[in-house]
Amino acid sequence: MATVKLSAPASQWVGGRKSLGRGPSVRPSFRRVSVPVVRAGSYTHELVQTAKSIASPGHGILAIDESNATCGKRLASIGLDNTEANRQAYRQLLLTTRGLGEYISGAILFEETLYQSTTDGKKFVDCLHEEKIVPGIKVDKGLVPLPGSNNESWCQGLDGLASRCAEYYKQGARFAKWRTVVSIPSGPSALAIKEAAWGLARYAAIAQDNGLVPIVEPEILLDGDHPIERTLEVAEDVWAEVFYYLAQNNVVFEGILLKPSMVTPGAEHKDKASPETIAKFTLKLLHRRVPPAVPGIMFLSGGQSEVEATLNLNAMNQGPNPWHVSFSYARALQNTVLKTWQGLPENVEAAQKALLVRAKANSLAQLGCYSGEDENEEAKKGMFEKGYTY
Amino acid sequence: MSAFVGKYADELIKTAKYIATPGKGILAADESTGTIGKRLASINVENIESNRQALRELLFTSPNALSYLSGVILFEETLYQKTTGGKPFVDVLIENSVIPGIKVDKGTVEIAGTNSETTTQGFDSLGARCQQYYKAGARFAKWRAVLKIGPTEPSELAIQQNAQGLARYAIICQENGLVPIVEPEVLTDGNHDIKKCAAVTEKVLAAVYKALNDHHVLLEGTLLKPNMVTPGSDSPKVTPEVIAEYTVAALRRTVPPAVPGIVFLSGGQSEEEATLNLNAINKLEVVKPWTLSFSFGRALQQSTIKKWAGKKENVPAAQQAFLARCKANSAATLGKYAGGNADAAASESLYVKGYKY
Repeated sequence: MATVKLSAPASQWVGGRKSLGRGPSVRPSFRRVSVPVVRAGSYTHELVQTAKSIASPGHGILAIDESNATCGKRLASIGLDNTEANRQAYRQLLLTTRGLGEYISGAILFEETLYQSTTDGKKFVDCLHEEKIVPGIKVDKGLVPLPGSNNESWCQGLDGLASRCAEYYKQGARFAKWRTVVSIPSGPSALAIKEAAWGLARYAAIAQDNGLVPIVEPEILLDGDHPIERTLEVAEDVWAEVFYYLAQNNVVFEGILLKPSMVTPGAEHKDKASPETIAKFTLKLLHRRVPPAVPGIMFLSGGQSEVEATLNLNAMNQGPNPWHVSFSYARALQNTVLKTWQGLPENVEAAQKALLVRAKANSLAQLGCYSGEDENEEAKKGMFEKGYTY
Repeated sequence: MSAFVGKYADELIKTAKYIATPGKGILAADESTGTIGKRLASINVENIESNRQALRELLFTSPNALSYLSGVILFEETLYQKTTGGKPFVDVLIENSVIPGIKVDKGTVEIAGTNSETTTQGFDSLGARCQQYYKAGARFAKWRAVLKIGPTEPSELAIQQNAQGLARYAIICQENGLVPIVEPEVLTDGNHDIKKCAAVTEKVLAAVYKALNDHHVLLEGTLLKPNMVTPGSDSPKVTPEVIAEYTVAALRRTVPPAVPGIVFLSGGQSEEEATLNLNAINKLEVVKPWTLSFSFGRALQQSTIKKWAGKKENVPAAQQAFLARCKANSAATLGKYAGGNADAAASESLYVKGYKY
């Protein structure tokens, strides 16, 4: 019988590196409790430890797993060509930011980046280890049209997933991410929800089997003019389906993380919702659908401005929650950074400072302590694009 | 549609929360006429209405016992009975801040084509019956679904059938003002180990909550009445701490925090066992966002019934025994039970193989 100690120190982690030893926790410390593992795989203990370390107080995830095409859009917005050298330079800027590990516990990479190094030849994965940031890897192969649906999509990537995960594990990744989408203006159809949930469940089981903590991401797109109540309805349906299929696939819940969208009105709805309203509806969703065994819920920003994303997260952390409620932001962490960098080496330091500013703000939001002072105009700009494709 | 919010939503939420008050629990006194006959037979008492009334009056008028209870589940006959002094039982309970509940299922029948697996009956006119019970003072209901562990059991059919049944019952209750207690009991019968019980319990609960969600049940206005996770009745026993770890792990993996309270069934455990296990569950230092309490039938009444033996002169002593069990379980819900001054009756196993309600 395999039992997993819930609060045991993170012993051997990432192939022999030292334990994370995070700073003082704001949560009361519990004595060690064994989590009986009824269906243990060979990685179960490590998965539980990794998920817990990513879901630690005051920390969240930096999502920099933009595909080459999407990264190209970011670079184009500051007048740079989409070359490997530019992508490498940009990721180097982000991943060599000193002190990032104080606020960031995990970084999601695109495959190319997982194998890249700094211009000095230091592996990006090693840069992350130094900051005690767990490397993660996007493993899905993108969205394609779902036949028989109402113009909806499904997410590809199960073929060969097991061996890819095993390779990524060898390279140092310890968590994975798979993003599928659900569109409210398209229904969503029961078919689309079922496919989204089943694909996620299969991916999650395969990832765990190969040593990677699966981040489960069914993004309910912001597109639409629906009210917040409708978003809650759809979110409850989607998450009920997701958890049921995860259970049917014997996924170990203590070894996963969620990446939901917050419950907000559609982008074209006439009324905007306050952070308090968004928090209320989102927490209602979480309380009705997420079993406490899941260690962490890391929200996506999905087109919100940097400040909105921080304010909303802060509003959700004004009271104790049975799971770690945090962030996994891409645009909402990188927008100002990009604009500050402009592709110029002399701006790297300032850009890294900007990254720390956003990371710290979201860290405070995770602790419910964000005050919102000193935010500039750029950070308040919304980033919603209608019909946005990754 | 999101969760159903009918005209009773606020009341349901309030009632469920109250029943889940830390330090309190439920007395399951809803034995059908046939079943209570077995209890009376064990003390050589005739199964007639006046004796059934006498036993329930003994329980409900036990000095101070009601302060440890937030609810009592009644059988239909009892809902309309009175004390010998003429006071309706329902009033006795309500005056002591105990919420009356009502068993609404009509027992189990076998599912054809399975290996003696069952489904639960009781849907006909359930809505109308709930309305009547609400008028009579009931504010929560109970419906018991049963699953068993075997080489090929529980089957997917039995799981789905029982989960759908519980969900349909639950929404009908909520439409009519009663908080549904959702009870998917996985029987202990068998020689399986605790891991098997855990796997089955988790599978069943996942299916139950999927069904509840599909039926738009308002989770904040429900309670769960599950089995504890234990080895099979023919397997070696384990300590309360082990039972606690497996039980809480199973619940943490399946029960959303919106559910305010989980009230365990005792299912054949002795009075003392049930209390010790409940205590260990509440001592476990892990996040448990619902209260974890009791809804015990046999494990609250066994020694009380034995002490009474049907004799009027034994009533005070029997009531003392009942008070002792209520107090012990109340302490257990707070993780503060100091352990038995249990007498022989309290330690007696109440397991009956192939037990039929």
